[in-house]
Amino acid sequence: MKVHLKIWRQKDAGSAGRLVDYDLDQIDTHMSFLEMIDTLNEQLVLKGEVPVEFDHDCREGICGMCAMTINGEVNGPVPGLTVCQLHMREFKDYSTIYIEPFRAHAFPLKRDLKVDRSAFDRIIQAGGYISASTGQPAEANTILISHDQAESAFDSAACIGCGACVATCKNSSAALFTSAKISHLAKVPQGREEAQKRVLKMVAQMDAEGFGHCSNTEACEARCPQGISVLNIAQMNWEYNKALVLR
Amino acid sequence: MTLDAKIPEGPLEQKWSSYKDHAKLVNPANRKKLSIIIVGTGLAGASAAASMAEQGYQVQSFCFQDSARRAHSVAAQGGVNAAKNYHNDGDSVYRMFYDTLKGGDFRSREANVYRLAECSLNLIDQAVAQGVPFAREYGGYLSNRSFGGVQVSRTFYARGQTGQQLLLGAYQSLMRQVSLGKVYLYSRHEMLDLVVENGKAKGIIVRNLDTGVLERFAADAVVIATGGFGKIYYLSTLAMGCNGSAIWRAHRRGALMASPSWTQIHPTCLPQSGGYQSKLTLMSESLRNDGRIWVPKLENETREPNLIPEQERDYYLERRYPSFGNLAPRDISSRAAKERIDAGFGVGAQKNAVYLDFSKAIKEQGKDKITEKYGNLFSMYKKITADDAYQIPMKISPAAHFSMGGLWVDYELMTTIPGLFAIGEANFADHGANRLGANSLLQACVDGYFILPYTLANYLSGELKSAKVGIDSPVFEEAERDVRNRIERLVGIKGSQTADFFHKELGKLLYDKCGLSRTATGLQEAIEGIAKLKAAFYKNLLIPGEADDMNAELEKAGRVADYLEIASLMCFDALKREESCGAHFREEYQTPEGEALRDDENFCYVSAWEWPGDDREPVLHPERLEFEFIKLSVRSYS
Repeated sequence: MKVHLKIWRQKDAGSAGRLVDYDLDQIDTHMSFLEMIDTLNEQLVLKGEVPVEFDHDCREGICGMCAMTINGEVNGPVPGLTVCQLHMREFKDYSTIYIEPFRAHAFPLKRDLKVDRSAFDRIIQAGGYISASTGQPAEANTILISHDQAESAFDSAACIGCGACVATCKNSSAALFTSAKISHLAKVPQGREEAQKRVLKMVAQMDAEGFGHCSNTEACEARCPQGISVLNIAQMNWEYNKALVLR
Repeated sequence: MTLDAKIPEGPLEQKWSSYKDHAKLVNPANRKKLSIIIVGTGLAGASAAASMAEQGYQVQSFCFQDSARRAHSVAAQGGVNAAKNYHNDGDSVYRMFYDTLKGGDFRSREANVYRLAECSLNLIDQAVAQGVPFAREYGGYLSNRSFGGVQVSRTFYARGQTGQQLLLGAYQSLMRQVSLGKVYLYSRHEMLDLVVENGKAKGIIVRNLDTGVLERFAADAVVIATGGFGKIYYLSTLAMGCNGSAIWRAHRRGALMASPSWTQIHPTCLPQSGGYQSKLTLMSESLRNDGRIWVPKLENETREPNLIPEQERDYYLERRYPSFGNLAPRDISSRAAKERIDAGFGVGAQKNAVYLDFSKAIKEQGKDKITEKYGNLFSMYKKITADDAYQIPMKISPAAHFSMGGLWVDYELMTTIPGLFAIGEANFADHGANRLGANSLLQACVDGYFILPYTLANYLSGELKSAKVGIDSPVFEEAERDVRNRIERLVGIKGSQTADFFHKELGKLLYDKCGLSRTATGLQEAIEGIAKLKAAFYKNLLIPGEADDMNAELEKAGRVADYLEIASLMCFDALKREESCGAHFREEYQTPEGEALRDDENFCYVSAWEWPGDDREPVLHPERLEFEFIKLSVRSYS
């Protein structure tokens, strides 16, 4: 198949960016979207041009590194995928495809399609852990967790930290990311001891990073590659209010 | 050079406790005066960085990804082994030790393997304390499943994301130490050289991948936790950025490499569909608990799999290995698949796959149960192939996966350079010639959480009085100059081919000649072929852009340059080992039934290789493996 690409090129956060046109021929429908960009980059290099910088690593939908907006939609036309899992069979022959970086105030642009998502690391640093140093644990089966509770905690813990929730949210809110970690750790007994302190610190850090507020559009859940539920946000709000009252 | 593995004296089950009892300690007040560099933030690196920082040492941690959480441990799906015997099915530390040693075809050290099994118990406790959401039974107790090469259920799992969940546990512990100011974390930094002064590891040279600037870091010890180099085959289950550069640079500075040709080719991956392909996705081995592997009995079968009647299917693993069946170990399953595919019974458009069929399991257990166990794997399969594995069998094929080989380390996980440690997949230590499923996460965690904190402290206790090497010293100057020259050489070639072009060529060559099966002639051809490819690389490579700037093509080219040298060493290693063992299958050495034929009399050793300088043959230093506690036997799974 043939595609016409309009890709955002920008040297760094301080420079102006623009959409640049590229034509690609002989694209196989079984190619992944990133392999299509590989093909473009290979051609650019051979022409002596600078290839498009983009984030990617595992290419199996689990590392959370690849991230781009395709035709205005975060990670492309199929909800619930990372870009590496998107395949060219989802596009029509001769289609024009707009490829842009994730856009959010708290994710400053590095170059082309690469953005800086270190704000997520700092939210976890604020309290997204259980303070269990190596060597202290009790025998694992002394902590009983019901099957359903463990499955529910897993559902929250499945977040891959890709930032699709932020990029798709009209407020650039990180509520889904932050709440997934808060809920995961609140749902297991090991995490309850620090739940109160954790939610206050993580929410404060989320605000300090410049993410917007959640206004319950639920767009994040609709685009999340892991299908993280907005009920996590409800749990975060409940934990937050409880912590405020108990403080 | 004689290699001393420093195995403690005494009975097998007391060696590790005896080591811990006698290891030297560092006074808590002195720990903050000692600094440690840890390269890599996967399970081994993150667990080590967090554990050492908790003890009070100054830690500097590095990863090339944009966040520590993205290291490739994240992709391990199936599980982590521990001899908890929660299922009362006859498991024990000894049995796990024996299974692992046998799984590795008796080419690893008894003492190391026993310690791995022993520490497995504690690891599950540690992970649960961190909040890792392992699967649970209805009563709230931890659940287990089976993996290849064993007859007990000792694999703990978190749906199909065990690696991701264990890594998040380690990453969160690491983030806690970062927030406490005890770890300085440098993401998007890649190690390009090791700095050695007076024979001891004292620092590293890294390239800031966002700016292209070279930076120097000094410490009292350096730990390499950069994972495996299976990406050398280009098509592999590894992430695009996984590379062998850190271990290779350490090797060139004097650390020996052990058994580099022992690469695990994983039997259950998605087959290649075209030349543009960038990776082969792994489908967890856990699928083999309920999936049955088969090919048609008829050559050039054209019917859809569901239309092929039962009696016309060849369940070749069940046929050849009745007692382990579909759970035969990985090397054996991969080789059996290759045998069928080469014989013309492969399936799929390119005839390069076999079926993995769940129809029987779905009939017996119901679709819901199968969804609960493997739901995310089935949906991943559908996302990539657009096929529904609940309806038609999956098509799978072998792909390069895990490096059993790596930097040679002694019992303390220290390389032949004092002060340089290698942990996790980056070292060679525990898996012998073939790794059992779910032992990789285990080894990474055990090395980082439980072993390094003792052995590194033992080393550092002797470093308190030695003089600090500053980053302005001549050894740092020289190492940085070497790196700069290398980069300038690559950028200056200005040829006509991309780094990926050479990487793909190398991968094909290596997969054909030094992959699932090897021959002396093939390996000699490969060594010559690699030398030619290397010459072409330094003549025709094309890198656009600047060296002192963000430059993904330069990153790739540097890794390929090192791969070319590693590949050559792999072929020497495979050539000199004139026996078949585990993943190393030399066609000249097989039984009439086509099974691996070991030669314990002449090759019961670990091959440790010394860097001889450019364009010279590597030098072999065998480390003889002594088996005091078990008897070597033929590794049979039939």
